[in-house]
Amino acid sequence: MNLREKIKNLKILQYIILIIVAFVQIYPLFWLLTFSLKSNLEIFGKNPLALPKSFMISNYANILVNGNLLTYLFNSVFVTAITIAFSTIISAMAAYAIARMCWKIKEHVLTYFLLGLMIPMQATLLPLFLMMKRTGAYNTPWALILPYTGFALPMAIFIFVGFFRSIPKEMEEAAFIDGASIYQIFRVIMLPLIKPAIATVSIFTFLSCWNELMFAITFISKEQFKTLTVGIMGMVGMYATNWGELGAGLVVAALPTVIIYVFMSSQVEKSFTTGAIKG
Amino acid sequence: MNRVLSNKKTILIFVLPAFVFFSLIIILPILYSGYLSTIEWNGYSEKIFVGLENFKNLFADFPKGFTLGVKNSFLLAILSVFVQIPLSLILALVISKGIKGEGFFRTVYFIPVIISTTVIGQLWLKIYQPKYGVLNYLLAQLGLENLQNSWLASAETALACTFFVIVWQYVGYHMLLLYSSIKSIPKSLLEAAKVDGATNTQIARHITIPLIAPMIKVCVTFALIGSLKTFDLIYVLTKGGPIHSTEVPTTIMYRVLLTENNYGLGSAMAIFIIIECLIFTILIQKGFKAESYTY
Repeated sequence: MNLREKIKNLKILQYIILIIVAFVQIYPLFWLLTFSLKSNLEIFGKNPLALPKSFMISNYANILVNGNLLTYLFNSVFVTAITIAFSTIISAMAAYAIARMCWKIKEHVLTYFLLGLMIPMQATLLPLFLMMKRTGAYNTPWALILPYTGFALPMAIFIFVGFFRSIPKEMEEAAFIDGASIYQIFRVIMLPLIKPAIATVSIFTFLSCWNELMFAITFISKEQFKTLTVGIMGMVGMYATNWGELGAGLVVAALPTVIIYVFMSSQVEKSFTTGAIKG
Repeated sequence: MNRVLSNKKTILIFVLPAFVFFSLIIILPILYSGYLSTIEWNGYSEKIFVGLENFKNLFADFPKGFTLGVKNSFLLAILSVFVQIPLSLILALVISKGIKGEGFFRTVYFIPVIISTTVIGQLWLKIYQPKYGVLNYLLAQLGLENLQNSWLASAETALACTFFVIVWQYVGYHMLLLYSSIKSIPKSLLEAAKVDGATNTQIARHITIPLIAPMIKVCVTFALIGSLKTFDLIYVLTKGGPIHSTEVPTTIMYRVLLTENNYGLGSAMAIFIIIECLIFTILIQKGFKAESYTY
């Protein structure tokens, strides 16, 4: 009897701890949402924890229109979409050649690509900065698309190679006998087969591009090409005394990733766990 | 079919784009950084070869504060490994037991991971804000006015506050990796132990943790390397201040490269960071011999 009670108490304690941690994890985000809907009067008033009295949707309208947030949002979407398309295509091609074709140095080439997993982005900052300046890509979306694509490759190739290797050879053989060319086989048969891997890779690339700060803040200073992360860093000074509008900007920047996670949580979680197996 | 699959031209067409991209964006810049680390240059001046002078400077604490930056990054690494990962492990062990609300807790813990560090940093700047922030307000409500602080604006507390945000953002990441690893252990194994009368703690210690050791190793590597090259969060929260108390190698490198235009010295730091990461990765691989079990 005593033991059973003990176990029961332990279980309750366990739940209390889980709930406290959950609260600590989620409350800051909820608080962000509340102050993004408050007027300055409320934000700098007596109780920062209070819920907004009337929803200041105007914070969002102001920041989207006057604050250029719409431009930043568009740029982030543009850079991220092109990077995903670009890196997926060329890494799937390379992975196909490495996993399925016959050539002597393919294992060495794979090792060469996987070296990239060990290299911190920071170490390439100056050379890429000089390269962007020299080639005129500096202050254009390409200054981000090119490096993001490069850094997306190692992980994508790693995942695709694993996936291609798990597909039985008979799939291609049948198509060859029917007289299809290798390009047709790649496009019509192989690419559809690796769709799950493409989803995994795309989510990973999406999150790393969307959230990237260091390259973005170094390679882009023109207002019209800023992505969300740089844009927000620029807004901080301007909106130092206007938390409501800055908060609205932060919510808009975070929302797309949160929405994707909420609707595709198992896909997103799979991206992260697949990415970790390389360790 | 094998003839088509070993056609040199086809192979080249498939591999070349990725190869060229990868080489241009990652490998050549690293090599160029290596070269720049041995010269003195501000981008316009004549390049002067100085050998290992830049590295000697770093080890002699020039620019002043570099040693402190390295110490800070080590401190973050140690805390991440010994605070963040045990915490993640406990959470993963508890919620993977099949408790009520398993999916809910997993999702909630993981949400901060997918939000941009820029947004997270800005949010916590507001939370730590001494006058209008939540933290000092809460302390006042609890009658703990004497614990109120200027947090990120004070050299004594800034690094600890930064570390708390790191844990807050990444605890869910490690939790998820460990959780998925625990979930891949066959249920029969755990049930057999239960039938034999093992307690939850015993099962965790003698079965679950040894079986997920390879994933723990991955987490330790990520936490360590992540701390050594941490940049975004510190740049957003403090830019290395106040009075350099939260400086880490990457923030110093950023300043030396882009504000002071000291390309040689900055590149030496970049190379230093790569070597640091390599050494620690190898040490973990060697020192943390995790046996892998098959089941």
